[in-house]
Amino acid sequence: MSIDVRGVGKRYGDFVALDDINVSLPTGQLTALLGPSGGGKSTLLRIIAGLETADTGTVDIEGVDATRLPPQKRNVGFVFQHYAVFKHMTVAKNVAFGLEIRKRPKAEVKAKVAELLELVHLSQFAHRLPSQLSGGQRQRLALARALAVEPSVLLLDEPFGALDAKVRKELRDWLRRLHDEVHVTTVFVTHDQEEALEVADEIVVINEGRIEQIGSPDELYDEPANDFVMGFLGAVTRLGPLALRPHDIEVAVEPGVVGSTPGVVQRALRVGFEVRLTVDVEGQEEPVLVVLSRTHARALDLELGSRVWLSPTTGATTVPVLGVPREAVVSA
Amino acid sequence: MTDTLVTPPGPAPTRGRPSGTAKSSGGLFRLTPTSGLGLGVALVWFSVLVLLPLAAVVGAAAEGGFGRFWDTLTDAQTFAALRLTVVEALLVTLVNAVVGTVVAWVLVRDQFPGKRVLDVVIDIPFALPTIVAGLVLLSLWGPESPVGVNIVNTRQGIFLALLFVTLPFVVRTVQPVLLELDADVEEAAASLGASRLTTFRRVILPSLVPAIAAGSSLGFARAISEFGSLVLISGNTPYETEVASLKILKFLEGDNQAGAAAVAVLLLIVAVLTIVVLDILSRRVARRG
Amino acid sequence: MADTRQIRSRRGPVAYVLRTFVIVYLAVLVIWPLYEVGKQTFAPTKSGAEGGFSAFLDRLSDPSVTYAFSLTGTVAFWAVLINTLFGVGISLLIVRYQFPGRRVLSVLVDLPMSVSPVVVGLALVLAYSTGKGWFGEALESVGFYVIGTTPGLVMATAFVSLPLVIREIVPVLEEIGTDAEMAASSLGANGWQTFRRITLPSIKWAVVYGVVLSMARSLGEFGAVKIVSPGAELRGETATLLIQNRYNNYEEPTAYAAAFVLVLASVLALVVVSLIRKEDHP
Repeated sequence: MSIDVRGVGKRYGDFVALDDINVSLPTGQLTALLGPSGGGKSTLLRIIAGLETADTGTVDIEGVDATRLPPQKRNVGFVFQHYAVFKHMTVAKNVAFGLEIRKRPKAEVKAKVAELLELVHLSQFAHRLPSQLSGGQRQRLALARALAVEPSVLLLDEPFGALDAKVRKELRDWLRRLHDEVHVTTVFVTHDQEEALEVADEIVVINEGRIEQIGSPDELYDEPANDFVMGFLGAVTRLGPLALRPHDIEVAVEPGVVGSTPGVVQRALRVGFEVRLTVDVEGQEEPVLVVLSRTHARALDLELGSRVWLSPTTGATTVPVLGVPREAVVSA
Repeated sequence: MTDTLVTPPGPAPTRGRPSGTAKSSGGLFRLTPTSGLGLGVALVWFSVLVLLPLAAVVGAAAEGGFGRFWDTLTDAQTFAALRLTVVEALLVTLVNAVVGTVVAWVLVRDQFPGKRVLDVVIDIPFALPTIVAGLVLLSLWGPESPVGVNIVNTRQGIFLALLFVTLPFVVRTVQPVLLELDADVEEAAASLGASRLTTFRRVILPSLVPAIAAGSSLGFARAISEFGSLVLISGNTPYETEVASLKILKFLEGDNQAGAAAVAVLLLIVAVLTIVVLDILSRRVARRG
Repeated sequence: MADTRQIRSRRGPVAYVLRTFVIVYLAVLVIWPLYEVGKQTFAPTKSGAEGGFSAFLDRLSDPSVTYAFSLTGTVAFWAVLINTLFGVGISLLIVRYQFPGRRVLSVLVDLPMSVSPVVVGLALVLAYSTGKGWFGEALESVGFYVIGTTPGLVMATAFVSLPLVIREIVPVLEEIGTDAEMAASSLGANGWQTFRRITLPSIKWAVVYGVVLSMARSLGEFGAVKIVSPGAELRGETATLLIQNRYNNYEEPTAYAAAFVLVLASVLALVVVSLIRKEDHP
């Protein structure tokens, strides 16, 4: 295990930021800490980095108890949402900073900087100041700076949060490829479920200071531990006692399937290749949302006021709406 | 958070950079007859009050040609006064650059009861009339000093007076920059292995340098031209404790307008150079972003 | 305003050394001398005589002292009035209007701040004094004298405090832009109505702030006034000149009493300024 977090708790006055967190992250893995803002995921990351101190619990990094170590001694690379580049230093100087602190020979520093700038595609900007770079370039610079000291773990706090949508997508793919190349144990914080699902080997869902679930992207999506995880990873609607995804609902124009729920189409909205239906169902206050393909909708010949029967598709991921025991329920 | 009376002189902060409000370049109004008249009146008053008198100083200095101007300034007694002024001003500037930064640091980063009082105290030397500043110092370090130290007519006295009146400059230029420094950057340095001292030296201090330089040049300009606080303290002894501004007064009292004007022109040049230096500094900072 | 970041809140021994140094430095340089001024101000006139507030008032009620303060008040009033009108006008012109030399003017109006007060006084003498000045004789022929008179004192004071109002207004005018003013014009407001109902309310605090700063500076001006004033008792002797003259005449108690009044005025200005800042940025 590269990072071992055991029983970590942190309070700010009355506010419980983290409550008894236990998680182990294997060496070389790319992990996402996913959750809503203020849920405690950044605090956990900062505690791993030594930028905050936990009130209780221990943090081991590479088998060494790092709980009391200052950030300087932990050998972690940290990347901030707003880059935190040294504005008065050139790109190359920024990358060299950690190596110069470690008093490495000049030639070695130079070679290492060149190698890293190559890796993050910033070689031609080596002598520019950060103010002459775009946001995406600055974040790549920050990443190169963090990697230069060959950290045992790389921690990224909402690394793409300040970038616009297109650059964010590019950098996300690039981070995945970079990780496959460098293989450093990496943890990144995000509130964007798509980002986590797309990039991470493993996702830790954190909410209100507690871990809701740990698992691979597929596990989380297919077998959410509870309605929170399910809701956080994608759109959710309610059909009778179950919460399920809108595309996991079968629509029929006749009462064929046993146990199917009758309803009336209130609204049909076409968005690109899909059709979103709002269906009023008896005995349920909020309407059911259904997503189906355009072809399918056309075949059913639906219009406003059409009577339909809804049932979960075979193999649909569902969880009970008032699921007091937090266990996944997979209906057949 | 700093309630300050001191907006240090020098180019007003927003004027140096290309204004973000766009109106200043594109959406300017054309002069109407009324505003044109207003501009005329304003220019006449500004000329009568400022431009013509300053031109008269330059004119008086230039009257005897450059040779006479040069002779006045290199006259042994005048030169001694100028040298003393510059040396004292440089010393004070040096002390202020260090101490002012330390004071700003403590006021921003430290927390202790009474900090707000100290924050107000910084402004007092600037808010006090200069003659009162001199008197205030004499009450402690004068002929009737309760600690038995008399600085009247000594170079130490001049140094102390200049230190007093220039106290706010570096503090007040560095303070806002320190307040806005990004904590992330310091955390980044720490996680890269930098100790607190190294972080200060290599990351924080370079960000403060433009502000320290700006505050220092303001303080230097003030020290060079200081008059009021020195009148009571400097004994005006030639070669010993005579400074430039007092030399001007002496020339004037001796009916030597050309001599007074020559020294005054030198002080004017320093003033203009300061404005230029500050403008360059603020442009450089704006470029770094 | 405590820093929440651990990296800044952690305090080593260096922090305590620096804190102690700063407190001692400011105490010795500023606080202690100020305290001594207070002590001298309320000290008894002669040994054995009564000290305290009555002694202080006694010194201030001397006719030459009341004359000095009323002269200072008059001069400051006119200087501030002129600077405010001029300052508001020139700020509007510089920020809102296009004319040749606009940028040069905006740099020039800052100049008086950086000129030594002695040079200011000298400049006025070399321009307007009878016998020595460029325009001295012309002014004499129409019977108007600048040097050695109250108008001269007003000019010297106005010169040194000229940029204070402008510096406060210009940034505010630049920040608010012209949208609201354009909107008012499009609704049919004329220039004066737009100024009074749109522009003035938004620069109100900047003007007040500038006025307070100018007032503080004008009350305390010494160097420029020293040179253009005859400076004799009851004849052009302002409060600051009085302090110098009395101190040099070994009438220190009066000098301290007058200085104390000016110290109070400065502290009052500081307080007002901090209150305005709060009002302005709630």
